[in-house]
Formats: sequence, structure tokens, C-alpha cells
Amino acid sequence: MKSDFQLKLGTFLWKLLQYTSLVLFGFIAVFPVVSCVITAFKPESEYKSTTVMSLPENWLYFGNFVTAWQKSNMGRAFLNSTIIVIFVVFGSVMIGSMLAYVLSRFKFRGNGTIRNLFLYAALIPGIAMQIPLYKMMNTIHFNNSIPGYIILMMGTDVISIYIFIQFFENISTSLDESAIMDGASYFTIFFKILFPLLRPAVVTVMILKGVGVYNEYYSANLYLQKSELRTVALALYTFVGPMKSQYNLICAGVLITLTPALIIFILFQKQIYNGLTTGAVKG
Amino acid sequence: MTEKTSVLEKKPKSFENLNVLGNQGPSEKKTFYIWFHSRKIQKRLVMFTFMFLPIALLGIFTYYPFTQMIDFSFHKMKWIGAREWVGFKNYIDVFKREDCFGALKNSLYYMGGAVFQLCLALYLATILSFGVKGGKFFKGLMFFPYLINGIAIGFIFKFFYTRGFVLDTVLQAIGLNIDNLPYWLKDQSINNVSLAATSVWKYFGQNMVLFVGAIMSVDSELYEAATLDGANKWQQFCYIILPSIKTIVLLNLILSITGSLSAFEPAFVITDSANGTGTYFTTMHEIAYTSQKVGLAAAMAVILFGMIILATIFQKVLFAVLFKNAEIEDKKGGKKRENKINRMKKRKGII
Repeated sequence: MKSDFQLKLGTFLWKLLQYTSLVLFGFIAVFPVVSCVITAFKPESEYKSTTVMSLPENWLYFGNFVTAWQKSNMGRAFLNSTIIVIFVVFGSVMIGSMLAYVLSRFKFRGNGTIRNLFLYAALIPGIAMQIPLYKMMNTIHFNNSIPGYIILMMGTDVISIYIFIQFFENISTSLDESAIMDGASYFTIFFKILFPLLRPAVVTVMILKGVGVYNEYYSANLYLQKSELRTVALALYTFVGPMKSQYNLICAGVLITLTPALIIFILFQKQIYNGLTTGAVKG
Repeated sequence: MTEKTSVLEKKPKSFENLNVLGNQGPSEKKTFYIWFHSRKIQKRLVMFTFMFLPIALLGIFTYYPFTQMIDFSFHKMKWIGAREWVGFKNYIDVFKREDCFGALKNSLYYMGGAVFQLCLALYLATILSFGVKGGKFFKGLMFFPYLINGIAIGFIFKFFYTRGFVLDTVLQAIGLNIDNLPYWLKDQSINNVSLAATSVWKYFGQNMVLFVGAIMSVDSELYEAATLDGANKWQQFCYIILPSIKTIVLLNLILSITGSLSAFEPAFVITDSANGTGTYFTTMHEIAYTSQKVGLAAAMAVILFGMIILATIFQKVLFAVLFKNAEIEDKKGGKKRENKINRMKKRKGII
């Protein structure tokens, strides 16, 4: 048997290991962002005369944020991104939940095939598909069009369908059955009875899809090239050329684009974690 | 309560109604009405309206372009203009050209990064699941990078790695001489490692959250029992945690490997693929959009798809081999338990 002292020492060392690891890696995770925050609050002259890690003299200097906002036309970009996110999220939730309802509640020939078609689609690497997709989007005049981009974003979504199917399978079918006995139509059953029960899944899909669409820049870069159609991520991308080494402005821009994601994260932390875990278990 | 009883009361009524309606129907208008409202037709209608859009979108934006991609890969073509059938020439070129297939060796850096990232995530997830104060806070800190957009990450790390900036300042502060430090993004011996590190930075927290979720699903009584039996943390990790989450760990390992084949983000936004940091994907992007060799780029995409399919098949086979024994054991265990319960029931019945 171990002595009392040994046990206590062991516990102490274990706790020490736990907290040092967490503090170290927590620090590594935030440090690059923190360095950006420090720089974003320095005016031009201070940025040039001080070293990178020295703290700004005035934490309330917002000049860089104003300049960055104006130079990249962020107002317009936020409007575009908001429209795109709202429509894509709404569309994905409706499409995903309706398809999941049919696939999980009705037995018919081809049910398995349809499920597999969606499953295999997830295997095809999204960016590899951009080559034929780019040609097609040009042919049907969906490029440089926000509605076209919205439809594209809704059409290439598989994960939300999985989250909904999984959720439906946990809702007892006795609910449907009693409603059918009551003479309710399938539309009523879906919209009035089941959809309200889906709320947790809807919130999860909204957040994951919303953040994903907000952050998307590769497709946006291909299909929204006109400057008045730019999304937030693309507006930030315009900093590459003209502001090459003005990192105080660039960092301010970075923080502007990062804020919405941060707010969503703080508000919906639990739903985000849950959504990821459900998606992953399904694999 | 009242609602429930009303549902029960209505049950026979609605049946009656259905029967009555079914027997009736001399007038044509009514039969159409009945036919239209019959369950079968309603079902078909719902199936059609609910499935039409998703399946149409899947066809238009996934399967049609997929067939197009294969078609393109056999042609010499630009975005606009006539095209010429060249057979397998594009495929041969992909393997011959140094910049195409050669770029895959940069994927090795990302694979190395992915393995490191999984181990780190597993370690941190274990630490978190043994209970710490402020665990939620640390989990949030480490997870948040996953939600930052790629362009912002690009700028953050350009700033981070630039000569004399963040990383160099920190290293100087702990006593290193700046003249001995490499140029993190230019020096070809280190720049791919720097880029792979940004990918680890973005994803380790996300992996960790997945693992924490999996560990939480383990019955906590197991830990208590193990602690009472005198098992230390390492033993608990080896004999309780690891076996119960090995599926998700392996799955993520394989996902990370296929992910590193298609890595492009760091090179695309941080170094612009300069100084030998180009990956398979950034090369493909350049061939497609700058050089406009659409056929060649499509062939690269098809080959990449082939590699991912191979990795997936490998995963299925691996899982079948690895978990077959476990399943058999489970079944045996289940049988034993069932027998035991049956015996107990019998005994009780006798008593």
C-alpha cells in the first residue's frame, strides 16, 4: 500500500500537470490573436516606433478600426454576408429537415439508395469539384450573383441532413401515428408537430452552417468577384495588396471579421459542441 | 391532460369517417376529392414535394459536375473555346510533371502535423475529462481558432511569422539570438513546418472537443470503480478511456490523412504557394485558373478523388479487421448475460 504522503504527492503532481498543460496550450491558442489585438490599437506612429509586443498606450484608440472598415467597404460586405447567411441557413434547415422527415418516416423503394447518394457525395472533396462547377456556374449565369451563390451554398450541404436524420430517429413514431389517427395530413404532422420538436437540431444546423458560410472564402472568391458583391471574408482579402505591411490596420480588419464568430461562439457554445459530436459519431 | 383524452376519443371516430368516405362516392367530384385525400396519394405528394428540391440540388451541384469532371479530364481544353480528345494524356502528365504529383510530398508535413494534433487533442481531452476547475473556459479557448475564417488566420500568421515580429520577439525574449533564427516563411527547410503548425493550431481544439464528447459517453461509474481498485490515471487511460474511444480516434486519424492530401488553406492564404510551399491543391488551382489547363486540373482532381476513395476503403477494411474480435467478444458477453438473466428469472419463477 502507498503511504498517505505518497498519495498526496501523486495527486499534487497530477494537478500540477493538468493545470500547466491547460494554461500552456490555452495560451498558445489565444496568443496569436492577442498579438493582433495589441497591434490593432496602435496608431500609425506608435506602431512604427515600438516593438510588436509592447502594449498600446491608449486602449481606446479605434482609429484603425474606422480606417479598416472604410477602406475595405465593410458595411456593404456585412450586408451581403448577412443576406447570404440568412437565406442559406433558412434554406438548409428547410431542405434538410424535410428530406430527413421523408427518409426517416416513410418506407419506400429507393430510400436506402437516396441515403447512400448523399453519403457518397460527402466523400467527393468539395474543392476538387470547383472546376466543373465553375464552368457550369458561368454557363447558367450564376456567377457574380448573390442568389446564384446562395443556391450553390444550399445545394452542397450534406452534414445538416445527417444531423436531422439522426434527430428524427430519436423522436418516437407514436407521435406521428396518433396524429394520423386524428386525421392530420402529413404536412400538418411535419410543420405543426415534428418541426417544433426539432428545435435543438435546427439551432445546431443554423450555427454550424451559418459560421461555415460566413467564413467561406474559396467559393466566394470564385463566384462573387464584383467589388459590390464581396462578403466579409473577401473584403478582408482586399487588404493583401495595398496595405501590405500596415499590420495595425490589417489586425483591426481581422478583429472586425472575427467578432461575429466570437459572439456566436460565446452565446451558443454548448450547441456548437453538441453539433460537432453528432456529426462526427455518424462519421 | 384534456388534449390527450380527446386524442383517444377521436381515434375510433376518424376510422369511421374514413370508412364512410370510402364506401360513399357516387358523384365524381367527391371521388376525386377522396382519392386526392387518400393516405396513399397524400404520402406520394409529401414525398415528392419534400424530396424534389434536395435531390435536384444534389444532382445539379454534385453528381452532374462529377461526371463533367471525368469528361474534362480526357480533354485538352480551356475555359472557353474548342476542346480536343486526348485520352489518358492528362493523367500521364499529372504523374510526370514535378509540380503536380511532386507537390504531394508537402502533404507529408500536414500528415505529420495531423498525427501530432491528434495526440495532443487526446492528451488534453483526457486531462479535461478527469475534472479540472475552469475546464469549460480552457476548452473554449482552445476550440475558438476553429471558428476563425481562413483569410483572418492567414493574416494573423503572416504577422506572427514575419521577420522581427511576434514569434521572433517572443523567442528573443527567452534569450535566443535573432541572427540564429530562420525566416519562418521563406526558409525552405522550415516553412512547410510553419504552415502545418497553423493547421494544427486551428484544428487541435476541435479534435479535442470531439474526444471529450466521446470520453463523456463512457460510464462514469467505471472510473469510480477503477479508482477504488487502485488504478492510476495512466492505467485508467489505457484500459478504460482508450478502448472506448478508439473508433473515433481512428476515424479522425484517417479523416486527417485524407484532409492533408487536400490541404491548401495555409499555403493559399499565407505564402501564396511561394518558396516551395505549394500543395497539390494550390497547384491544381493555379493550373486551372491561371494557366487555364482545365483538362489537366480535372485529371488532378479525379486522381485526388481516387486516393481519397482508397483511403476510405482502407479504413473500412482496417475497422473490419480491428473490431471484428471485439464484436465477437461483445456478442459472447451478451449471450452470457442473457443466459444469466434467464436463469435468474427461472429461479424466481420456481420460488
